[in-house]
Amino acid sequence: MATIQVNLISGRSIQQGVAIEGGKEKPAYRTAAGIIELDPSDLKKLGAWKNTNVRVTSDYGNVVVKAVETTQGPHPGLAFIPMGPWANSIIDPNTYSTGMPTFKGVPVKIDVAINEPILLGIELVQKLCGVK
Amino acid sequence: MTKTITDVICPFCGTLCDDVEVVVSDDGKQLLEVYNACVIGTEKFLHSQSKDRVTRPRMHQPDGTWKEISYDEAAEYSAQMLAKAKKPLMFGWSSTNCEAQSVGNEIAEITRACCDNTAATCHGTSLIAIQDIGLPSCTLGEIKNRADRVIFWGCNPAHAHPRHMSRYSIFPRGFFTSKGQMSRKMIVVDPRVTDTAKMADVHLQVEQGMDYELLDALRVAFKGEWLPDVVAGIPKEKIREVADMMKSGRFGIIFFGMGVTQSLGKNHNIDAAIAVTKDLNEYTKFSIMPMRGHYNVTGSGEVFGWQFGFPYAVDLTRGFARYNPGDTSTIDLLVRGEVDAMFTIGSDPGAHFPISAVKQFAHIPSVCVDPHLTPTTGVSKLHVPVAFNGVEVGGNCYRMDNVPIDCRKVVEPPEGMLTDEQFLIKVRDRVRQLKGVA
Repeated sequence: MATIQVNLISGRSIQQGVAIEGGKEKPAYRTAAGIIELDPSDLKKLGAWKNTNVRVTSDYGNVVVKAVETTQGPHPGLAFIPMGPWANSIIDPNTYSTGMPTFKGVPVKIDVAINEPILLGIELVQKLCGVK
Repeated sequence: MTKTITDVICPFCGTLCDDVEVVVSDDGKQLLEVYNACVIGTEKFLHSQSKDRVTRPRMHQPDGTWKEISYDEAAEYSAQMLAKAKKPLMFGWSSTNCEAQSVGNEIAEITRACCDNTAATCHGTSLIAIQDIGLPSCTLGEIKNRADRVIFWGCNPAHAHPRHMSRYSIFPRGFFTSKGQMSRKMIVVDPRVTDTAKMADVHLQVEQGMDYELLDALRVAFKGEWLPDVVAGIPKEKIREVADMMKSGRFGIIFFGMGVTQSLGKNHNIDAAIAVTKDLNEYTKFSIMPMRGHYNVTGSGEVFGWQFGFPYAVDLTRGFARYNPGDTSTIDLLVRGEVDAMFTIGSDPGAHFPISAVKQFAHIPSVCVDPHLTPTTGVSKLHVPVAFNGVEVGGNCYRMDNVPIDCRKVVEPPEGMLTDEQFLIKVRDRVRQLKGVA
């Protein structure tokens, strides 16, 4: 197992869209958006099987998500987390005076975290904010 | 006997499909089936019927539990919070109708709030670019009937606007596009081989964050000037091929999305995209259009525009409207810790803002008006559930091409639930009393 460095983007996926309308308190939301889509070559470099829990760390925070093989590749060196609290735990909040955080193009490193749990969406935000 | 309601408007994305059919029970209280909508829209209609739905306002208690309160008590808390705050922030508005937005703006004016919509995290930078150099645009109907060159730049409608291509941009047979998709050339620019890119005639797999360079290279290619061998990961031959393809069309359209608005460069990426459109109009007819996300985010921009003069990031703290993205925009206000009360409606900043901004509003007085349970309701002091817009209440909304459409009510909300507008009117009337405004 190794640590890899990739460029992170976030955005909509149709599964994430269905999950938010179905209820963000449900586990289906975590299944849809608590993931990181990686190119097969990056998964190989990471030395992880598909669907392994990983910790993704940026300068702005870290989060545990499930590493899955991308269906919209190849995109070696690029990783995708669907928009939602998991992605937003680590994206770059700098707006450079435009009002818009930098949701795409955040350098991150990924480590295997096989025994760490992936939190539910509401649970994750409450924990990070220190709210019960 | 069930009833089928036709021509229903889908309140999910900015495409505002207006051909949805909904089957309701005879008494009009239950929604049973949905036809024609995409998988996300269907889920939105059906989720309104879930049995575990919260139907009364709730106060968050210090031990993490919730206490049910009445709508009057909720309106009192909201009004007191907004009236007392020095710099309240009223955020959201994109999943509610224009009527409710207008009442909200009255409250903002009385309480001297900052108000902003979800353009803050989607097309805010596009709005800056539009103010910089304008927007040669058109309606989706013109695209359906005329467009033979369709470019999706940094957007993935197969996932985000699932029926966009089948209703307007690629597949429909229009007046001058009688062969449907065969009449059109489709170009996709995206750093991933998205499901949209897989359908394209040409996919430019641009290096992430290098959109400005590629747009500029296209401008050079239109004029036939010198290009380096590779720009943004794309060989110059490919760039020239795409440039010629764009120039040779009779009517072209560039749709752009978060790929350009959220990457570094931000509004300058859109500046370049609009400049490409302007250049192309020297050879043929070309338009450009942002792919708006929430179903009525465009409407929120319109309502802010006609009432305050600015489409988002409006600051009323001095008693008149100011607009200065970076200063008066929500994320910056929150990250700098300037806001002392947060009123959220029709959006979920808890899930879609950077966590550093969410942490700020989790510890100040806060109200979240939302029919769903969300990360925002999870960290707000007061959660006010309301009727689903576009399902249990109608109202005006704007499609991504700025065409206003009236949503339809198809089913009754649960007994005793208020709509966004009804709740906001209660808050407004109480705020007027507290502030001594006639």
